[in-house]
Amino acid sequence: MDTVRESTVIDAPVGAVWALLRDFNSHDRWHPAIASSRIEDGLTSQTVGGVRYFSLTDGSILREQLIACSDRDMSLRYCLLDSPLPLMGYVAEMRLRPVTDRFRTLLEWSSTFQPPAPERNRLIALVRDDIYRAGFSALHDWFSGAPQPAKPVVAPKPAPPKNSGQTTMGIVIQRHGGPEVLSFQPIELPPVGPKEVRLHQTYVGVNFIDIHCRTGHFDMIDPPGIPGMEAVGTITSVGSEVSGLRLGDRVGYACAPVGAYCTDRVMPESMLVKLPDSLSDDQAAGTLLKGMTASFLLHDVQPVGPDDIVLIHAASGGVGQLLVQWAKALGARVIATASSAEKLVMALSNGADRVINYRQEDFVSATLDLTDGMGASVIFDGVGQNTLEGSLEAAAIRGHVVSFGEASGPPGLHDLGRLSSKSLRFSRPNYGHYVGSAAQVERYSRLLFDAISSGKLRIPSPEIYPLSKAAEAQSALESRRLTWSAVLETSG
Amino acid sequence: MTRVYISTVVPAPVTSVWRVVRNFNGLPDWTPFVTASRIEGGMHPDQIGCIRNFQLENGDTIREQLLALSDYDMSCTYSILESGMGVRDYIATLALIPITDGNRTFASWEANFDCDPQAESGLIDQIGQGVFQTAFDALKKRFG
Repeated sequence: MDTVRESTVIDAPVGAVWALLRDFNSHDRWHPAIASSRIEDGLTSQTVGGVRYFSLTDGSILREQLIACSDRDMSLRYCLLDSPLPLMGYVAEMRLRPVTDRFRTLLEWSSTFQPPAPERNRLIALVRDDIYRAGFSALHDWFSGAPQPAKPVVAPKPAPPKNSGQTTMGIVIQRHGGPEVLSFQPIELPPVGPKEVRLHQTYVGVNFIDIHCRTGHFDMIDPPGIPGMEAVGTITSVGSEVSGLRLGDRVGYACAPVGAYCTDRVMPESMLVKLPDSLSDDQAAGTLLKGMTASFLLHDVQPVGPDDIVLIHAASGGVGQLLVQWAKALGARVIATASSAEKLVMALSNGADRVINYRQEDFVSATLDLTDGMGASVIFDGVGQNTLEGSLEAAAIRGHVVSFGEASGPPGLHDLGRLSSKSLRFSRPNYGHYVGSAAQVERYSRLLFDAISSGKLRIPSPEIYPLSKAAEAQSALESRRLTWSAVLETSG
Repeated sequence: MTRVYISTVVPAPVTSVWRVVRNFNGLPDWTPFVTASRIEGGMHPDQIGCIRNFQLENGDTIREQLLALSDYDMSCTYSILESGMGVRDYIATLALIPITDGNRTFASWEANFDCDPQAESGLIDQIGQGVFQTAFDALKKRFG
């Protein structure tokens, strides 16, 4: 464990300094590294257990939890939940004491953490200089009434796209933040290029990645910008060099670039797929992204077959539901984990052979019990932080652990040397690298549509929100109360 | 219970200041109001439980017992066994904290005690300003 301990004297009474610092949501007002701050789940900033969500001026995200706050001692402690830096086990304390003979304030800011050895010196210096000393300097300015310097801009804005003179309605992220930063407004439509088509979109898929774009957790939108990576619609205009699509074709997409939350959109022909009749527009808009993910996971990241025992985490989540059904249809034995009895019932109805409630039992020992001590040959882990360590333990010799999501937080650092104890393989696939070309889109969508048409995959109906209520749809997704997916209806 | 709390910033590194104030027998060396001090029973001044017996300028004698001494926290806690001040259950702590910004020292001195209600405000002033602040001022001057 390393300790960083810094202290300074602020030329203001302790009551005034504490009034600012006891507000766990105040850093974006004074600390130069913090661009925006909010408290998650609508808690007040003095709620012990509350989590603050920082967007840094460099575009990265920090989440920190208040673990103690005392008005008596004028101290607060917090720990790091998510960070772009490997500050493992980081717990920090801020504490104030009055300097009675001059009405000033002693501020102590300290932390303990365990940095990886090669980065130790850099991280200690970074915490000391960029966080604590830079914060001290800003607090000195704050309490001396000096003007606050403008915060640096994240990145230069790209040149605005050429305008076709036409507009459509869309959802714009005005700045990184909560659902309130989404506004429904007219947006300009670019002209249709030679290899492009214009779509009139009927339904737009709502995904976690859209929320990560909104909060700034993923650096994919420099506000203002339009989120969304999934939609379906009808072609209303065709570029001069487009050969495979015609006016009136019913198509969909699930890919970058972002910008799907709108009524009409111009897209390259190469990323569009024609939709089968077996899938309605709203079903397709709620399925494509999850379905393409399940498609490349089960066929190319790790081809799954009858010899496999597949452990699937979060089996009631969107991708999880498809993985369970599809892995079963491919002949594998499927063990599913979920957090409640209802979700386990859902996994069983999707075909899981065995289910594990990971809130009630240790999924590692349960998996080993169910496999006569062998472990699972393939593990699909979209949960991340909370499960990955266990996934490595629950894998069989020569097993493959596929980490494709981080619903509980980033997967963190693991000792790669340990993989050799069971000759494990570990993958961390990125959607864009599997669904990034016309050939890939063609392959994974064909596999998906075949599985749907042949009845191997049952596709539930999504919950439908009007496009103008995108914030509500995202909140519903964030609250984890949806059992499948949410889509936005553009005519609603 | 009455509480007196005084704190200040001494313009010197914390190790230098601690070297001076950790000596439980050193009051004549750094405070202006103690003329002589000895440790009773031939004990060492950093032995927990030792008693310092010291004289003030006005001739009064005070006996105080060392309850805790921490070189790790840089703090010293003691109780008054005998004095002419009219305090009961008096326990005080002198503590230092490094100020990394400028390599200075934060010093605090806190006392908690019982006394007759009518004597309280006088004692708060006598102990807070007359003893603690006066000693701190001398300390700041020594390092200033």
